[in-house]
Amino acid sequence: MSATRAATPPTTRASHAGSRPWQGRRGSTLLRHLAVALAAALLLVALSYGLEPFRNFQLATVAAYLCATAGLTVLTGLNGQLSLGHGALMATGAYTVALCQNAFADRGVTGGWTLPVSLSAAVLTTIGVGAVVGVAAARLRGPYLAGVTLAVAVVVPALAVTFDDVFNGEQGLSVPVEPPPAALGPYFPYERWQLWVTGSATLLALLLLGNLVRSRFGRTFRAVRDDEVAARLAGIHVARTQVLAFVVSAATAGLGGALLAVLAQSVSPGAFSLTLSLFLLMAVVIGGLGSLAGAAWGAVLLVALPDLTHTLTDLLTLSPAVAQRMEGNLPLAIFGSTLVVVMIAAPGGVQGLLSRLGRALLARSPARRS
Amino acid sequence: MEQGLALHHIGVRFGGLTALDDVSLRVPAGSVVGVIGPNGAGKTTLFNVICGFLVPESGSLTLDGRPLRPRPHQLTRLGIARTLQGTGLFAGLTALENVMTGATHTARAGFLAALLGLPGSDRDERRLRQHALDILDGLGIAGHADAAPGTLPFAVRQRVALARALAARPRLLLLDEPAGGLGAEDIADLAELIRQLPQRAADPCAVLLVEHHMDLVMSVCDEIVVLDFGRVIAAGTPDEVRDDPAVTDAYLGSAVDEATA
Repeated sequence: MSATRAATPPTTRASHAGSRPWQGRRGSTLLRHLAVALAAALLLVALSYGLEPFRNFQLATVAAYLCATAGLTVLTGLNGQLSLGHGALMATGAYTVALCQNAFADRGVTGGWTLPVSLSAAVLTTIGVGAVVGVAAARLRGPYLAGVTLAVAVVVPALAVTFDDVFNGEQGLSVPVEPPPAALGPYFPYERWQLWVTGSATLLALLLLGNLVRSRFGRTFRAVRDDEVAARLAGIHVARTQVLAFVVSAATAGLGGALLAVLAQSVSPGAFSLTLSLFLLMAVVIGGLGSLAGAAWGAVLLVALPDLTHTLTDLLTLSPAVAQRMEGNLPLAIFGSTLVVVMIAAPGGVQGLLSRLGRALLARSPARRS
Repeated sequence: MEQGLALHHIGVRFGGLTALDDVSLRVPAGSVVGVIGPNGAGKTTLFNVICGFLVPESGSLTLDGRPLRPRPHQLTRLGIARTLQGTGLFAGLTALENVMTGATHTARAGFLAALLGLPGSDRDERRLRQHALDILDGLGIAGHADAAPGTLPFAVRQRVALARALAARPRLLLLDEPAGGLGAEDIADLAELIRQLPQRAADPCAVLLVEHHMDLVMSVCDEIVVLDFGRVIAAGTPDEVRDDPAVTDAYLGSAVDEATA
């Protein structure tokens, strides 16, 4: 060992001596992430009491979208697989939860456990669909991969229309959801209950996703993204890793779709069009590709933008027809142009911008002290 | 039983082009073997056969006397690691993470443990970190552990790539043009490093080296195999190969003969 070090060029040795010793993360990943999740849960509860019901509902929608964007950012940002079909995976979860809840309601089965069972069924079904698409995706690269996922985005809503005796066509299905448990009191706002349900499901999903990203699996995801040949030589089964990433991503997208269906208490093909898939992708890119925090910004944007355009069209006092057309198309236009601006000005997205700001502040503070 | 890697009569054709023709060579445990030859002689093809990126049309491979049918992602498990031309580092991972990736096959914790953040997964990560850090330290670049590869000087990047291969604790290390892009001083350091690999106390490994830089090959190799147009035209110790007329012919053409004739 010492002889090897003697062979080191003097410049390298100097830089080694001069830099700080490397420090790893100590302690348990689970405990660290649990603490963060608990803090987030407390914040959500506080918000659910502080905000008016409509804002509660909006926040719940953000949580539902966050499941999908977090999964997509792991797939596209960390594993380098582009998916234009995550809206369809959300639809899979949404329809599964609808069918399950209807089956429970038809048989008169009630209880607090029915919704968790339906949500789990939705996740499992989407995992199955994700595995099939993932196996195909692992064989494809670049535009071909985009093409296949695009096909999924188009086909799945069309299936819902084709088999209309099961999925009730364009009308879609209603999703019967039980009222808040009686223990919470007779006047407990329904929107607050919705936020609690979606918030806890989303936090659980994010906790698991965060653990995974921090583990060796997160590292192999990124290694496969960066260089497939080098990854194989490092002992990584590239195709298996890509399928795994797709399945994980599909599972969270399915949960996100299921939560959206539970929030809306209905599901229809129109809600999961190709536009949704494109919106999801734009949201994770604008939020900051590859980071869960970026996915959160993206989810906020997905809910805030239609709201913003609604306010905007209200301000302009247009004729009802024009206003309606504006409201339909303005979010897409704003999203698109924001994407272009973000790509030029801050390729790291919102989260990249924030962490750059944070680092700049950190770098300044010790300098000031010394 | 013979320890080490052996290639027996390997043949590879790309359409009408014969890339490798009846190539046999051995890399005994504890030795440094060099493969040299002009551009297009089949050196990289040879590596791709050993790594399983190419399946030879004829011939066979053995590792420690047992037949070897390599698949790229299983090489590290068999005790074989390879560096790539250039560096082939993962640009989005830190130097340390790059090296940790090299030891992926030693991780024991499964998917569920990672998903739930169980202590087994944490232990794995800590052990991998320490292992990777020790290797970086052994190569004198531990100070660059947290740096992104793109920010490092080329010579350091080359070392990180070497560290990633060594992280797998290979018994056989395949080096694909490790001196490419290095200055004279860095090449001397590299030569010293390669010479020590088979002798070091912890994880000694044999080396198979493909290289253009003649001084490096001559100074570190116990044995040299010379390829030209996919055939072995000479093999032996550095001194034997240096004096072989077939080698001078391949490198300089037969102009010398014509001039003297």
